[in-house]
Amino acid sequence: MSTLVMQPAYVSARYLRALWRQPLYVVMQLTQPLIWLLLFGQLFKNVAQLPGFGGASYIDYLAPGVLVMNTLFSNGWSGTAYIVDMERGVLDRFLVAPARRSSFLIGQLAYWAVLTTIQSIILIGIALLVGARFAGGAVSLLALIAGAVLLGLSMASFSNALALRLRQQETVIAANVMLVLPLCFLSSTFLPTTLMPEWIQTVARYNPVNWAVEIGRQTLAAGVDWGIVLSRLGWLAALAALLGWLAVRSFRAYQRSV
Amino acid sequence: MLGHLEVNPIMTPRSAPAAIEAQGLEKTYGASVRALDGVSFTVPRGTIFGLLGPNGAGKSTTVKILTTLSRPDAGSASVAGVNVLKHPSEVRRVIGCVAQKNGVDLEASARENLALQGRLYGMHGTDRRRRVDELLARFELSRDADRPARTFSGGMLRKLGVALGLVHRPAVLFLDEPTTGLDPVSRSDVWAEIRRLAREDGLSVLLTTHYLDEADHLVDRLAIIDAGRVVTEGTPDHLKSELRGDAIHVALDAESSLDAGRQALGRLNGRLRDLSIEGTTLHARVDDGASAVPNVLALLDGAGARVRTVTVSRPSLDDVYLKHTGRTFGAAHEGDSR
Repeated sequence: MSTLVMQPAYVSARYLRALWRQPLYVVMQLTQPLIWLLLFGQLFKNVAQLPGFGGASYIDYLAPGVLVMNTLFSNGWSGTAYIVDMERGVLDRFLVAPARRSSFLIGQLAYWAVLTTIQSIILIGIALLVGARFAGGAVSLLALIAGAVLLGLSMASFSNALALRLRQQETVIAANVMLVLPLCFLSSTFLPTTLMPEWIQTVARYNPVNWAVEIGRQTLAAGVDWGIVLSRLGWLAALAALLGWLAVRSFRAYQRSV
Repeated sequence: MLGHLEVNPIMTPRSAPAAIEAQGLEKTYGASVRALDGVSFTVPRGTIFGLLGPNGAGKSTTVKILTTLSRPDAGSASVAGVNVLKHPSEVRRVIGCVAQKNGVDLEASARENLALQGRLYGMHGTDRRRRVDELLARFELSRDADRPARTFSGGMLRKLGVALGLVHRPAVLFLDEPTTGLDPVSRSDVWAEIRRLAREDGLSVLLTTHYLDEADHLVDRLAIIDAGRVVTEGTPDHLKSELRGDAIHVALDAESSLDAGRQALGRLNGRLRDLSIEGTTLHARVDDGASAVPNVLALLDGAGARVRTVTVSRPSLDDVYLKHTGRTFGAAHEGDSR
């Protein structure tokens, strides 16, 4: 029983320790969304006067979306760690050990969940500093963080699956860059759906990034629509489970191929 | 460790199972890459056994199967008496593996690498900490134990890699090309350590190598593996003694006709054996090498072949390899990049 919890914990600890040793990396991870927030916040300041924003300031509107985008960007790096481990023989060493196979995937995903939570809290803090107001209250912010974690786990699992199957650093990084921006632009990250062309509205409805952003949107209004929050959380959980399963399959495929 | 006790019941040496037993292992990658074509060998307990062969001969594939990383298409294997295919997780408890690539996490320190390894093998508290300290001291890494491994030299990383394979006190240790890429000093350090592991710690060791001198100096027994098959097996001395007489190698000038040279030497039939040609060099075996040289030179001179060098040597593993595969080890190595 204890190995069920402890082995993944040791694996998470390994990644957290490595992160702790690269404070510059953490700073850079957080600077990027800050730049998005401030730059876009200024550039599109007047957009908020259009109908569809409900009178909120654009920084308020943008903050949840940037949080979601940041989650995607950072979790999309997940697979690169596997490629480094493969190249150095670390993954094979783990596979020869009498440890549960699942511990390695679960432990790494737990690390990403922790990292996403920390990053989200810091980003919400920064948003508050630059003037964003979250009228939805603390519980709605927790829901936003939960949504971000679930979306992040989906992204990390997808990245892991790619890494375990293709084993090329460049491909994993390119996939990350290629996916994140279009997915964000095809959602209400930057503009409310009512201002989008109809086809993008349709795409956005099925876009998981939009599900997370929709939860984020609920943090801004005083009257939170919990139906939207819970349904989107449910969909995101289902997606995370599906992509997690894909990563497990890819892990097995890697084992068969060595 | 419970698994350890289960698979190592107290037995008389006579009835103790072999450290490793491989029977007819076959493995094909994809549709056509035949990596193993029926590999069989036995490693007695407490010995250092070498798998010698050029890159792509099937050494790494054999090790991957024996260490439960990969499964064979056919054949069977047991390690410390435990069936590798039926009980892989029990096998994992009793083996230590040192891969070619060390398997060191460069972002972590030596101590953290060893500690995580101990935890993955279910070692707890003081036992684990003591074992980690012991290994750090043994491999002379104590002073650098808390530096990130990315600052280590190649020799230090290799030592740490071997230490990682030993944390859980395995009974059988697998070393895949343990000295590839090391400088001569680190190399002899690693050799000394492997000997100590077998002699003092009673470990059974299987190592793969593509260095003839490594096999010659280090192993108690070896199997030469070529194109996925074991072509011969025995102690280095026994394998060499099977070759009667000395090896004689004659390198001819590039313009000289090799066929003429070969025909000329054919007249020494009876004294010369196993005559073969590789590039511009003639290889043969002869009972008394030194006394045969004048004859050989005279015959070649008469055939108009110009001799660049003549070498006479006691039989080496290279000669053993030549006899069993039809090419010298160096040539096999150059010609194969897989």
